[in-house]
Order: sequence, then C-alpha cells, then structure tokens
Amino acid sequence: MGKESDSPAPPLEATPEFEKAAQRKESRRGFLLALPSYLYLVIFFVLPLVIVLVYSFATRNRFGGTDLSGWNFDSYERIAEPIVRTILYRSLWLAFLTTLICLVIAYPFAYFLTTRRPLIRNVMLVFVMIPFWTNFLVRNYAWRVILGNDGPFTKVTEFLGLGTNELLFSQKAVVLGLVYGYLPFMILPLYAAIERIDGRLIEASRDLYGSGWQSFRHVLLPLSMPGVIAGSILVFVPSLGAYVTPEILGGAKTTFLGSYIVTQFLTARNWPFGAALSFVLMAVMLVTTIIYFRKGGRTL
Amino acid sequence: MSSAVEPRGWAKTALHVNGWLVYLFFYAPIVLLVLFSFSESRNVGKWGGFTLDWYQQFFDSSNARGALSNSVKIALIVTLISVILGTMAALSLERFTFRGKKVFDALLYLPIIIPDVTMAVMLLLFFGQFYDVIEAVFGIQMRKGFGSISISHIAFNISFVSVVVRARLAGMSTDLEEAAVDLYASRWKAFRYVTFPQILPGIAGGALLAMTLSLDDVVITQFVSGPGWTTLPVYVFGLIRKGVTPLINAVSVVMLLASMLLVVLSLIAQRSRRTG
Repeated sequence: MGKESDSPAPPLEATPEFEKAAQRKESRRGFLLALPSYLYLVIFFVLPLVIVLVYSFATRNRFGGTDLSGWNFDSYERIAEPIVRTILYRSLWLAFLTTLICLVIAYPFAYFLTTRRPLIRNVMLVFVMIPFWTNFLVRNYAWRVILGNDGPFTKVTEFLGLGTNELLFSQKAVVLGLVYGYLPFMILPLYAAIERIDGRLIEASRDLYGSGWQSFRHVLLPLSMPGVIAGSILVFVPSLGAYVTPEILGGAKTTFLGSYIVTQFLTARNWPFGAALSFVLMAVMLVTTIIYFRKGGRTL
Repeated sequence: MSSAVEPRGWAKTALHVNGWLVYLFFYAPIVLLVLFSFSESRNVGKWGGFTLDWYQQFFDSSNARGALSNSVKIALIVTLISVILGTMAALSLERFTFRGKKVFDALLYLPIIIPDVTMAVMLLLFFGQFYDVIEAVFGIQMRKGFGSISISHIAFNISFVSVVVRARLAGMSTDLEEAAVDLYASRWKAFRYVTFPQILPGIAGGALLAMTLSLDDVVITQFVSGPGWTTLPVYVFGLIRKGVTPLINAVSVVMLLASMLLVVLSLIAQRSRRTG
C-alpha cells in the first residue's frame, strides 16, 4: 500500500463524551448497514403480510373480485365448515405422520453419524446435504415415475407376488413424497444436537448398569430434545403447507391445506378465504417456533 | 470431539442397516430418474433402449429454452442483489449493536421458516396492489414477470445468504479486525483487506445457495409470474400436471444436475474454512 492519504489521527483523550460519541457513531454505522435489507423486507415482506391480513377480513364479490370495504370475520368462520375442517384435520394428521416417520428414521441415522470417524462423518453429511438443497419438484417427480403404471415399483411388487401397486395418487404416496422431501430437515438438526452431547455421559450411564434402552431414555433423548423439536418443526410446518407433493403424487382425497389455499387463489377465486387460511397456516408456524425459542432452542 | 458410544450387538447392526437404507432411499429415485431419461420407451417408467432423443427434444423446444433462459437471468440478478444485501445484514448483526436490532434479527428469520404457500399468497396480493399504485401514480402499466419474480426471490434469499455469512462471521475472531483498526486502517480498509477475504468463502457459499434456491423455486414463482413469462421449474410443473412424458424426465435431469452442481460447489466453498 504505497501512499496513504489518511494520516494517523492525533491521539484523543478517552473522555466519557468522546466514548459516547464514538459509540453512537458505531451504532449508526450498524444501522446503516442493516437499513437496505431492513427496508427491503419491510416493503416486500411485512407489507405483503399486512395486505394478506386485510384481505382475510374482506368479502368476495359476485365477480370473483374482492371488496376491501366492510370488514368481517366470515372467512374465518368458514373454517368451521365440515369440508374445510376435514381438509384441516387431514393435513394436520398427515403432517404429523410425516414428522413421526421422519423422526423414527432420522434419529438412529443421526446417532449413527456421530459414531463415525470425523472424516467419514463429513463425507456422509455432504451426502445428506445434497438432497437437502436439490430441486424439490424433481425429487417428487422421481417418485411419480417410480410409482407409476408399469414403473419400477410395480415390477418389485409383482415380483414379490403382491400384484400391481396402487400407491400412486393415494395419501400414502403423498406421505412418502413428503418424508422423502423433508427427511434431511430432520436429520441435520438432530445430528447437530446429538453431536454436542458428551459421549462420556452415555458411558457413565452404562457403567452404572443402565440398559441400552435406559441410557437412551434417560440420557440421550432428554439431551437431544432441542434437535428433536427443531427437526419436528422444520418437517411439520412445510408438510402442513404442502402443495407441490400432493399435486404430483396425490389424488382427489389428498387435498392438503397448502393445495386448498392455492385453489382459493387460482381456481375458486375466493381471495379473502384463501388469505384467512394462509393466515391460519402462518399462525401455526409462528406459535410452534415461538414456543421452541421460548423453551431455549437457539437455532433452527 | 470424541465420537459417541457405538452400541454393540443387534443395535449396532440395526444402526448400520438403517444408515445404508437411508442413503438408498435418498439416491435410488434420483438414479432411476436419470436412467429413465435415456430410455427410448414412451412410458416414463419403462426401459426401452438407450436414446438421447428426449434431451434433443428439450433443446429443440423454444418454450423450454425460453423458460430456461428466464430462469438463468433471474438467478443471476437475484444472486447478485441478495448477496450484497445479505452480507450487509450479516455484518450489521454480527459486528454492531443498534436500535431495532432484535426486530431485524427476527424479521430476517421469517422468510426462512414461513411456508412457501403463505409467502406466495402474500406476494400475489402485494403485486396486485403494488402495480395498481404504480399505475395510478406514475401512469406506467407493469406486468408480472421478470421484475416481480426477481423481487420475490430476493425477499427470501437475503435471509439465506445472511444466515450463511453470519455463521462464518460468528466463527471468526475479531482480533485481526481490531488489529487493523489499531494500526489506523479506516473502517472500510479494515473491511476490504481483513474482514472481506476471511468471509469470502461464506459469501461464495451463500451466493451459490441463493442461486440454487432461485433456480428451484416453484410455488412462489408460480404465483408472481405473468402470462407467457415463466421459469423452468414452473414450466415443468405445468407439464407434469398435464401428464408425464419422457421429455419431463430429461428436463428434470437437467435441473437436477444443475442444482446438485451448485450445492456441491457451495459446500466446498463453505468448507474451505481453515485456509483464509
């Protein structure tokens, strides 16, 4: 660095006023750095959120448009209707099932990862990360190909003498697609939580004649709870709002909350009702996440 | 860090079997899809001899090519802007205290955890109003397409970039930055010559991640794209809903390889941790 134009500043006395001014300057710098994204998110995230809230209290007019005047709770009241309730319960149930299956598969897998040597563990983790970020649509489509008529899966079931498979377009297929899509979301937080546990605690419990099950139940599981909860939120919330998976792998009886919301906007043209449903979906997400952070969870 | 205790007996076997089954579950469908994209059979899930016809068809189709070029254009502009904004946000949160910091921190988390469908609905309604306002004030009639899709992708990508860059900043000691400032480097110079080179892997990782997410997004893009102006995933999603064809297999494999390549690059960038 050849010529330096900014010559050393004269030594300043660290008076309280000077300290305070310096601090204020620092704080302003930080704020200015945050400002562009702050503004961006306020305009293109918070404002849209407010608009959805406003729409959810509006009324659909006869032409499929929306009257923004005359706010009411009609759209929220419609959620109690039997058809809507069926869809809501079904989504909650299938999302719960997806979460449970992911948990049962991912927990032993995450534990298995922590028992590997660091180098191998990193390689194994990379191979979990790849599907984590790989095109979700395509990964669901792959199952459509596999489960389809004359597809590889039918070959397997026929070979086993189970006849042709009728999985495609059923609720089972949707759950399968969701588990396939969101399993990495469960593995990664679980792995992070289990990896942090001191292995000596488990050794100690075994030394004290705890059975394998007891060590798991009283040592490993309680200590890994933050990971269990984080993973469950990460799987449950997007499953509840699923749209692409039921659209590709599901049939008539697999409408999810997510696909039902989309229908309200793209075909039924009942925007206030769709807005109310999206708000319910977001409320579920917010409540679960807030509870998680309140209970001491730090990262998702 | 010592490895965890490995169980013995049947539990050990069960862990190993489960481990390999998970990888089989992850990769078998992908491998089969790639395989069938080279199959001559008109039936998407049946092997009928090797062919490259479906790829040829993809590159011959002007609709598909147009959607692909739209996707790439959007991904590039979205990555550039989200990286700048996301890095600034990460710096402000990791290195400064200011009023409203906590709110900003929470706000940055929201686009990551909000369900796709909700965000799609939000942006659909927003652009409906926003474009009306612009027309009323400036008299310019805007149509949904490049602008609305880019804006929407940036809205969720700022958060993802900032998470990746923050992870890098958090794992980095401030000693060198402080030393630079002590040696009379201006704030900008300290950033340019000390902080920036150290967080570059994080920025690169965030950039590739943003690009992947932009190239892959279906739900939000579908809601904010206009007639005749759409991206490749939305185009493919539309095709799938009409019925599956071997052409979709080929396009899917192209998309799959693109996103896998970007993810692997992103992981490599983030892992070159101890070299900075």
